[in-house]
Amino acid sequence: MASNASSASLPRPRVPWAVVGVTPFMVFALLFLILPTLFLVVGAFQDNDGGFTLANLGKLWTPTILASYWISIKVSVASAVIGAAIGAFIAYAAVSGGLPRWIRPTIMTFSGVASQFAGVPLAFAFLATLGRQGLVTLFLSSVFGLNIYAQGFNLLSFWGLTLTYLYFQIPLMVLIVTPAIEGLRKEWREAATILGASNWQYWRHIAGPVLLPSFLGAALLLFANAFGAIATAYALTGSSLNIVTILLYAQIRGDVLHDQNLGYAIAFGMIVITGLSNLCYILLRVRSERWLK
Amino acid sequence: MKTNRLGHWIAILIGTLYFVVPLAATFEFSLRKLRGVYSFEAYRVVLADPQFQSSFTFSVGLAVVTIVFGMAIIVPMAYFVELRLRKLRPFVEFVTLLPLVVPAIVIVFGYLRLYNSSSILPLTNSTLSTNFLLTCGYVTLALPYMYRSIETGLRAIDVRTLTEAAESLGASSGTIIWRIILPNIRSAMLSGAFLTFAIVIGEFTFASLLNRPAFGPYLQLIGANRAYEPAALACMAFMITWACMGIIQVISRNAVAAHP
Amino acid sequence: MSFIEISHLRKSFGPNTVVHDFSLSIEKGEFISFLGPSGCGKTTILRMIAGFETATSGSLHVGGVEMTNLPPAKRNVGMVFQAYALFPNLTVAGNIGFGLKIAGKERGEIDARVAELLELIKLPDLGDRYPYQLSGGQQQRVALARALAIKPQVLLLDEPLSALDAKIRVSLREEIRALQRELGITTVFVTHDQEEALSISDRIVVMNQGRADQVGTPSEIYNNPATRFVASFVGTLNLFEARVVDPVAGRVSIDGQPVVTARDISAYGIADGATVALRPEALSLGGGDGDRNVLTGTVEEVSFLGAVIRVRVKLREARVSLDIFNDPALDLPKVGMPAAVSFKKDDLLIIDRD
Ligand SMILES: Nc1ncnc2c1ncn2[C@@H]1O[C@H](COP(=O)(O)OP(=O)(O)O)[C@@H](O)[C@H]1O
Ligand SMILES: [Mg+2]
Repeated sequence: MASNASSASLPRPRVPWAVVGVTPFMVFALLFLILPTLFLVVGAFQDNDGGFTLANLGKLWTPTILASYWISIKVSVASAVIGAAIGAFIAYAAVSGGLPRWIRPTIMTFSGVASQFAGVPLAFAFLATLGRQGLVTLFLSSVFGLNIYAQGFNLLSFWGLTLTYLYFQIPLMVLIVTPAIEGLRKEWREAATILGASNWQYWRHIAGPVLLPSFLGAALLLFANAFGAIATAYALTGSSLNIVTILLYAQIRGDVLHDQNLGYAIAFGMIVITGLSNLCYILLRVRSERWLK
Repeated sequence: MKTNRLGHWIAILIGTLYFVVPLAATFEFSLRKLRGVYSFEAYRVVLADPQFQSSFTFSVGLAVVTIVFGMAIIVPMAYFVELRLRKLRPFVEFVTLLPLVVPAIVIVFGYLRLYNSSSILPLTNSTLSTNFLLTCGYVTLALPYMYRSIETGLRAIDVRTLTEAAESLGASSGTIIWRIILPNIRSAMLSGAFLTFAIVIGEFTFASLLNRPAFGPYLQLIGANRAYEPAALACMAFMITWACMGIIQVISRNAVAAHP
Repeated sequence: MSFIEISHLRKSFGPNTVVHDFSLSIEKGEFISFLGPSGCGKTTILRMIAGFETATSGSLHVGGVEMTNLPPAKRNVGMVFQAYALFPNLTVAGNIGFGLKIAGKERGEIDARVAELLELIKLPDLGDRYPYQLSGGQQQRVALARALAIKPQVLLLDEPLSALDAKIRVSLREEIRALQRELGITTVFVTHDQEEALSISDRIVVMNQGRADQVGTPSEIYNNPATRFVASFVGTLNLFEARVVDPVAGRVSIDGQPVVTARDISAYGIADGATVALRPEALSLGGGDGDRNVLTGTVEEVSFLGAVIRVRVKLREARVSLDIFNDPALDLPKVGMPAAVSFKKDDLLIIDRD
């Protein structure tokens, strides 16, 4: 109090600490996050002389590039949808009661670990599991006489990559969706039941619609997560599975495509896709938080 | 009710299998290096590899620098945004979510174009400045997680009251952050730190494209050239992730116990 | 047989028995309250009536039909929960019409019934709102309408007012009572608030640790508490351990001072201990006429409570609190002053030994 009074009567130059404290972060964000992104976005609309053009985006419509976007989208959608479904079911089983109490915290811990276990080591783990010499591959062929590779399975393929991504997608879903499922109140079921609703009618009219925004939002987040991933796919398949991140990686290394602005356009396309899915995620989350308050 | 519960057990069982089988398979695979017997030969080979030692040390050092640098810019920002500059919050939320929207490979692509040898700020020219650029890349990767945990920590304590109390005793802003705020959000910071460590230690994209000898590119290299060593490395990487997450659990549980 | 017949209901969770041998008959159209402290088993009994819990033993009949093991969906009862429990994804109209929709009623019929109920709960224009856009009191009215929409044979309310502000609590409880009278619906109302129970019930069941200590009208409960628990839970009470002097003439001694009760204490023997009680509002300051009992002591504390002033007088060992109306013309008693406290012979309650 006393110091306040004296500083008011004796106006001395005050250090604006708040500004000093915030500036480093702002400079950092500008230099290492916003400018690099903007640079690519702008570059996607420029020709070699810096003039405005849509030609770069037009060049995305070539079979190789479209195919790589398409395979990325397919893997991301498949791993997001399957991961979301299985993850939601596990989260529901863990939360909804009926199982011993230790199950829930245990599952949350393991999900925390598994959702961060990605990148190159995950590829190794799946090669050791489902590769040609993998434990499960050998087990299936020696016990059931089932040679999955003869049946057309290949780890270095769409399904192989999807199965691998599920290793972090499922636990990520569990982590994201558990709070929403916990938000389902016991009274809603009871109120529905006493008004004559069956279990199915409760899910169809109440629990399903209430959870849907959270579920879709989480699935979109999983989609963006898979879409931007590269390390697992690169370590697993080399460049035999041409997903868009690997295409861009190769472009940056100068292996193929020497057109710089086309690289910007590829990057821009990725930002648009992950940006849209994140935007929808945020909109859906706002909506579901309103309900679950 | 009975059938219901059975379904729940089945879901948990499938989840557990999906989690455990690849780990078990990887471990089993890593022991197969010597024909006919299980041995830790692959681990011995890996651990004795000088490139392993140097790349791992490099990445650990990088992770530590990333954590310190990230905290140094994020904590004061989060504190002042919470205390005085609430108007900035939407912008900060946007920026901290950006790394989830813009894939890492796109960010590093931007770095390479913006900070290459012919630009105004040629950060890729020297080893030291490239390492700095890599650190910055890692801070952006970790930004969503670090910011989220620090913000949660700051919200849990009453920043305004603590600050006003300290100011009325004549403390300066620096003193307040260092002596009052930091000790109170220590567990939140530690959680963010270990999560960052888990993310940075095996990171591939940034390190590979910036051509730094980090652990992630080393893993990839071994994977392309060896059979059993990758499995051994995967097991070790898993142990590291596990340790980081386990420590976060312990920290947050202790924090809950300390502030009931 | 009464409309609702609960007999020898018992409920155990594992080793803990939370409801012991509970029997009760409820007439059609009656408004019954279960009153008791938290954890005494009120909700458990209500949930057994609703069918959410199965009784360990005992039986339940409604309208002559055995209900003990019927699933909740088949019971045709309405229930209102403490924390609103409106469906967040449905509008007010959607919430109210939910039961009818499930029952497969026609759209037009549902709309008409919903409009009628919105009118009844005095929120005719809010049919299109979502629950999060309503205040607590409004949400609880909608919950009431939702329960009533299916024309249930019994209405169950589990502490429906305890999450609301004091003012709304009072006005809404009066509305609930008026609505119940209008519809003539048999209602079981659970509360831990004695004032609430006293003000709106036809009869009250005072619960204590899974048992019904007393069942009676509000005035019976208040004026003739059957047990020490009821006496102390309902209203404020001065309790004394008195000594019986003459059981036939009704003379006892409180803290060494002789008083007379009009109640029957002939079952006691001379010099027996007896628990007696006095309501603060039955006492007045001053000696009064010769027909009243008088206790003397010194004023120990005077507290101003608004409409009334509570005075605490220390007798020899015991203390007695009394309420006097706040009248500005009155001289307030002062702490330390000698004081006499008087009351009618009728007002000395004898609490059964429990
Ligand atoms: N599902 C349950 N499992 C175990 N104990 C329970 C359960 N439900 C209630 N109880 C116990 O039964 C007792 C009575 O609870 P309740 O009927 O909710 O009391 P009230 O509604 O009067 O506050 C409490 O001690 C409570 O802990
Ligand atoms: Mg209760």
